[in-house]
Amino acid sequence: MAEVFVVVDAQGDTVRKVTLEMLTMARALGEPSAIVLGAPGTAAPLVETLGQYGAQKVYTAEHADLADYLVAGKAEVLAGLVAEKSPAAVLLSSGQEGKEIAGRLAVKLGNGLLTDVSGLEADGTATQNVFAGSWIVKSQVTKGIPLVTVRPNSLTPEAAAATPEQVAVEVAVSDKAKKVAVVERVAEQKGSRPELTEASIVVSGGRGVGSSENFALVEELADLLGGAVGASRAATDAGFYPHKFQVGQTGSTVSPQLYIALGISGAIQHRAGMQTAKTIVAVNKDDEAPIFELADFGVVGDLFKVVPQAVEGIKQRR
Amino acid sequence: MNIVVLVKQVPDSGAERSLAGDGNTVDRTGGTNVINEMDEYAIEEALRLKDETGGQVTLLTVGPDHALESVRKALSMGPDAAVHVSDEAIAGSDALGTAKVLAAALGTLEYDLILSGAESTDGGVQVMPHMLAELLDIAALTGARKLTADGDGFLVERQTEDGYEVVRASGKAIVSVWDTINTPRYPSLKGIMAAKRKPVTAVTLAELGVPAGEVGAAGAATTVLSAEPRPVRGAGQRVEDTGDGGEKLVEYLAAEKFV
Ligand SMILES: Cc1cc2nc3c(=O)[nH]c(=O)nc-3n(C[C@H](O)[C@H](O)[C@H](O)COP(=O)(O)OP(=O)(O)OC[C@H]3O[C@@H](n4cnc5c(N)ncnc54)[C@H](O)[C@@H]3O)c2cc1C
Ligand SMILES: Nc1ncnc2c1ncn2[C@@H]1O[C@H](COP(=O)(O)O)[C@@H](O)[C@H]1O
Repeated sequence: MAEVFVVVDAQGDTVRKVTLEMLTMARALGEPSAIVLGAPGTAAPLVETLGQYGAQKVYTAEHADLADYLVAGKAEVLAGLVAEKSPAAVLLSSGQEGKEIAGRLAVKLGNGLLTDVSGLEADGTATQNVFAGSWIVKSQVTKGIPLVTVRPNSLTPEAAAATPEQVAVEVAVSDKAKKVAVVERVAEQKGSRPELTEASIVVSGGRGVGSSENFALVEELADLLGGAVGASRAATDAGFYPHKFQVGQTGSTVSPQLYIALGISGAIQHRAGMQTAKTIVAVNKDDEAPIFELADFGVVGDLFKVVPQAVEGIKQRR
Repeated sequence: MNIVVLVKQVPDSGAERSLAGDGNTVDRTGGTNVINEMDEYAIEEALRLKDETGGQVTLLTVGPDHALESVRKALSMGPDAAVHVSDEAIAGSDALGTAKVLAAALGTLEYDLILSGAESTDGGVQVMPHMLAELLDIAALTGARKLTADGDGFLVERQTEDGYEVVRASGKAIVSVWDTINTPRYPSLKGIMAAKRKPVTAVTLAELGVPAGEVGAAGAATTVLSAEPRPVRGAGQRVEDTGDGGEKLVEYLAAEKFV
């Protein structure tokens, strides 16, 4: 069976969930081979998990240059590996880096590229969400192999235990690919909450939350449910919550099982980032707020009354 | 410093957006086309750098004839000139095709820096800057929330999934900006009047030496098989809070097995 490349997206020692989704998706097209690109030592803590989700091989392309310079080197290594192994498809995650590597790879190989893919069939037909999820499009790459970036939370990862063969890849990054040097990398406190784009529950606050202090209420509900915290642009612009938690067209796109919108009107640009959520719940005091048009369950009321009561109710049920 | 800013006309993201009759391309005929929002931040950043270092700011767009309207509007913010690549053969291009056209056009311009938006709201693919960097063999610094001219190069601070990072490149670069980088100015009345007289150069594919077969729907490396609007989400249950709204909410969450 043909190999299918899955470019591993990990955070430190942890394989991101989207990688497990890609390993699951890849099995429709062939045998998944996971590819780890990074500094020496990146792959070792990831191999076991990759195997649990069906990676038959793990290519480890490790070199300090891959961490010290931005993505061009990773694209170079990957292009070499594609030329050598002729995989049936290449899957990357739809995060910033995944898309950047994919864009470069498309140019290097003269290969078509499909982004924000949520499904992939055996014949390479990809399901894409366009216009922020308001259209569902089926497309195919017509030049080259299916080269796709996969949107997180597209499917439920399925385990398929394998003991992957580890293959070390020789890495020699050219000077051409060393144009952008990393001067400083600052990791911000991750905290105990799940990542916004991967969380299966997201609780978001909008302008109606009123202040950064009041966001504690949004956080409390999120923590009780084991969810991530999000915010509308009005809330991030007002400084209630850091920008990186913004959900919407110019923020993150989330696709959780449950999305709770507190004090958010539901502007089209906000909906753009959350309308593919499985279940949507809204609390808003304005019964004409557009968010109610897509909410599975809506409470018309003051969030400062409704949410504390809900928090108490959940605690009591424990 | 001479700066080229890439601007793209897109359907207004605040309005209903649709695919054209062929089901394959974005419907760009509708009345509400605007400059891609993020590109305004790129223009603002270019004008700020020009204030510091002098030089010229030139807008570059690849798009149909009516993209000109949006370009004139963008010129009213303050850039000096614009180049508009328009050719029927470009219609239906995918990202790779557009990148080839943009790269060819950039090859005819003098620049020290290319600025672009981090992503377009219609394609939203976030790949253009890296495709161009690959084609032009220059550095790509993407998703900037802060940009500084730094000696013979550029320094960029960018948000990452884990925090943020500072990256640097010497020589020519393409920098794409996020909407956290600045606050774009509103065009002044004087700016709007001046924009009418600013030079806009129209360019065709033949003039750029790009073979028509390499771009457009014919040259596209991807194809759309089918497209349909996502089924409209029916509004669900709604309750008025009469003192027990929080309780009702918990009951719903429990019934759906979230608590
Ligand atoms: C190009 C572009 C891109 C954009 N990108 C994004 C994006 O990525 N993400 C995004 O979110 N927005 C984005 N926007 C902005 C978007 O148009 C809206 O302005 C924004 O989403 C509004 O945020 P909000 O719902 O929190 O605020 P508002 O629209 O002001 O709504 C606040 C809501 O809170 C309710 N409320 C107030 N007090 C209470 C209370 N005590 N209890 C209950 N309810 C209360 C009000 O009834 C109201 O409905 C973008 C806009 C543009 C033009
Ligand atoms: N047709 C185009 N003409 C000019 N600039 C473009 C075009 N397409 C994309 N860009 C630029 O590339 C950025 C990223 O676009 P995208 O990769 O489509 O998300 C945009 O914000 C624009 O600055």
